[in-house]
Amino acid sequence: MLKIIRERLRQGHRTGRFPAEEPVLPERFRGAPRIEPGRCGDSCRGCVDSCPFGAIELTAAGPRLDLGLCIFCGDCAAACPHGALSFSRDYRLAARRREELLAGAAGHQLAEALTGEMRRLFGRSLKLRQVSAGGCNACEADLNVLNTLVFDLARFGIQFVASPRHADGLLVTGPVTENMRYALLDSYAALPAPKLVIASGACAIAGGPFRGSPECHDGIGDLLPVDLYIPGCPPHPYTALDGLLRLLGRR
Amino acid sequence: MSPLHAAVPLPNGGVLAFADLPQLGRGHFIGALLAEVADGARIAAYFAAPTGSILELFAILARDQRGDLAVLRTEIGRDFPALAGRCPELQLFEREIAEQYGCVPIGHPWFKPVRFHPNWSGRDAWGRGERPLPAVQDFYRVEGGEVHEVAVGPVHAGVIEPGHFRFQCHGEQVMHLEIALGYQHRDIERLLLGGPRPATPHQVETVAGDTSIGHASAWSQTIEALSGCAAPPRAATLRLVALELERLANHVGDIGALAGDVGFLPTAAFCGRLRGDYLNATAMLCGNRFGRGLVRPGGVTADLGAGQLATLREHLTPVARDTRGAMELFFETPSVLARLEGAGRVGAEDARAVGLVGVAARASSLARDVRRHHPLGAYRSAAVEIATEWGGDVFARAAVRRREIEGSLALVQSALADLPPGPLQVPVGELRPHALAVTLTEGWRGEIVHAVLTDAAGRFARYKIVDPSFRNWAGLALALRGEQISDFPLCNKSFNLSYCGFDL
Repeated sequence: MLKIIRERLRQGHRTGRFPAEEPVLPERFRGAPRIEPGRCGDSCRGCVDSCPFGAIELTAAGPRLDLGLCIFCGDCAAACPHGALSFSRDYRLAARRREELLAGAAGHQLAEALTGEMRRLFGRSLKLRQVSAGGCNACEADLNVLNTLVFDLARFGIQFVASPRHADGLLVTGPVTENMRYALLDSYAALPAPKLVIASGACAIAGGPFRGSPECHDGIGDLLPVDLYIPGCPPHPYTALDGLLRLLGRR
Repeated sequence: MSPLHAAVPLPNGGVLAFADLPQLGRGHFIGALLAEVADGARIAAYFAAPTGSILELFAILARDQRGDLAVLRTEIGRDFPALAGRCPELQLFEREIAEQYGCVPIGHPWFKPVRFHPNWSGRDAWGRGERPLPAVQDFYRVEGGEVHEVAVGPVHAGVIEPGHFRFQCHGEQVMHLEIALGYQHRDIERLLLGGPRPATPHQVETVAGDTSIGHASAWSQTIEALSGCAAPPRAATLRLVALELERLANHVGDIGALAGDVGFLPTAAFCGRLRGDYLNATAMLCGNRFGRGLVRPGGVTADLGAGQLATLREHLTPVARDTRGAMELFFETPSVLARLEGAGRVGAEDARAVGLVGVAARASSLARDVRRHHPLGAYRSAAVEIATEWGGDVFARAAVRRREIEGSLALVQSALADLPPGPLQVPVGELRPHALAVTLTEGWRGEIVHAVLTDAAGRFARYKIVDPSFRNWAGLALALRGEQISDFPLCNKSFNLSYCGFDL
């Protein structure tokens, strides 16, 4: 017992002060893209051609990056000879609608809060059932991190629960493999209404690295109505937490 | 010729011209394979691949004591003789071959699907007409008035991957556990065919996301073998640092999870945070907590400048101290040890028979560690002690992890103290056509095998991946024999296997 107390004193209090204090992410972390079309070279397609997943499009207003297709590998930034595309350390990425994940020179539209009855019901207490539908388990690993004392998710009134019957929303990871499609739809059906769906990670949004696989559905797509998209491969725990708090109108 | 001389030797990370690999007659192949196994070799991979118009069977044997691999090759048709009865570690490989190519292993004692995907050849080995549904198979059943069956999954109670578990129980006691997986099947091996393509490294890194460095290392070394280059010393050392940080993050996380399961909250809380500190160390190196994008054929993509090196070492010093503090509390608390000792035992004989690898094998006293027996890159000159334990129980699996945490900390510290100078990358040339390259890497769960066959243009004609979880789920099923079903979570966490790594 004394040893436990001594070790506890030595290791100290570790819960972060988020959201009152902004987290400090590593120097090399790749968050929201910074797109400066003014620096683009004439007819340069370096970024477009370097993206393994076709996430970048050249528009009249310069390159546009689809954060739903992006796995934040940074290949485009490395390929850009003009420094027109780079990744910032801004971890805030979540959006409410699929088209709002298109990032241009002005960034992209961050998630807006739920309104009306949904906000009243879930704003202070949100229970989520997580379903892995394919993927690589990195999304799950970094969601579990939210339950560690560093993030202490429960202090925001958000909790992952064991049964869909106890849940207000489904948080889905993975590209939705054909072998998980039924289980995902069954889990959704088991949730009492009104209910939310959150697509977390590049796979759930658009298939991620497995986009185009004959055994995957390229994400949730039209299978379920999505209320929140959390980009990343996997999303950083702060990206997920920020998205959840924005949805609840807490940021 | 003695059957022991039929197999073609190959060093780990080596490459063979297809022409130098004789196609053996079926009887000769079987004789040579069984002779090698009797001589102490174990199966690293066993897979089929179409070569031209025929289908061929390849056996990759690991000869740990000699420090090399050996390869055997034969033709198979619509069926092939099952060897699982004589060499049980082949049983899952033979079922996988049947599921992928539709050829039936004649005489297989446990002939069931593996991942429940449609057959690649259009000929279903089980004669199923429709697309198979996951976990639709004949489960082994125990009959009796007081026997009951418990079915769990695919969706589990926590934030975890899907899988289906079927227990045959007498009261609390588990008589038999059968595990049906495949829910995470993304068809990765077929996605890789015809590659490498720009998406390939990202797909390899997400075979099992918690083993990104392990799989990226195996992939990179395989490509280096096929193109005849090697990562320069600085890159090789940074790969070692990344692979050991991956081991540290996961081992520390696993001890924390075990602590949580036995209700010992101090270590559970400490380790949850410490795991993140190791992931953050990897992010300091390459920007991603799972090491995505760091390891690439030819070297690594990120360097540590003098300042960053000092920052990383400063970051790790208190983390190492706190890790030791958390471990000491856990392993010195009698009520914790009482829950771990004797639970979920897998004996050495069983472990050898089913071909366990990694932590689970070493906990059952099998000295198997690629870093020691088949070292590549910076491991050739690193001091790796194989951490074995005798018990084969939950305690042994925890104790192996604790010792490996110490070992990995020492490896990382000495690598960072003496980072060789020089370039980070060498150019990677064209891949050799009509060749076979095989790489073994000791990931944190155990041995990762990547075996690649190239076509006439040097593209992937077959990319075989054996994740350690493919070998070790059988160990969990054995560990549950005679256990209380309420100890399943504890036994499960002591293995902490990957569903997606198995499902591919």
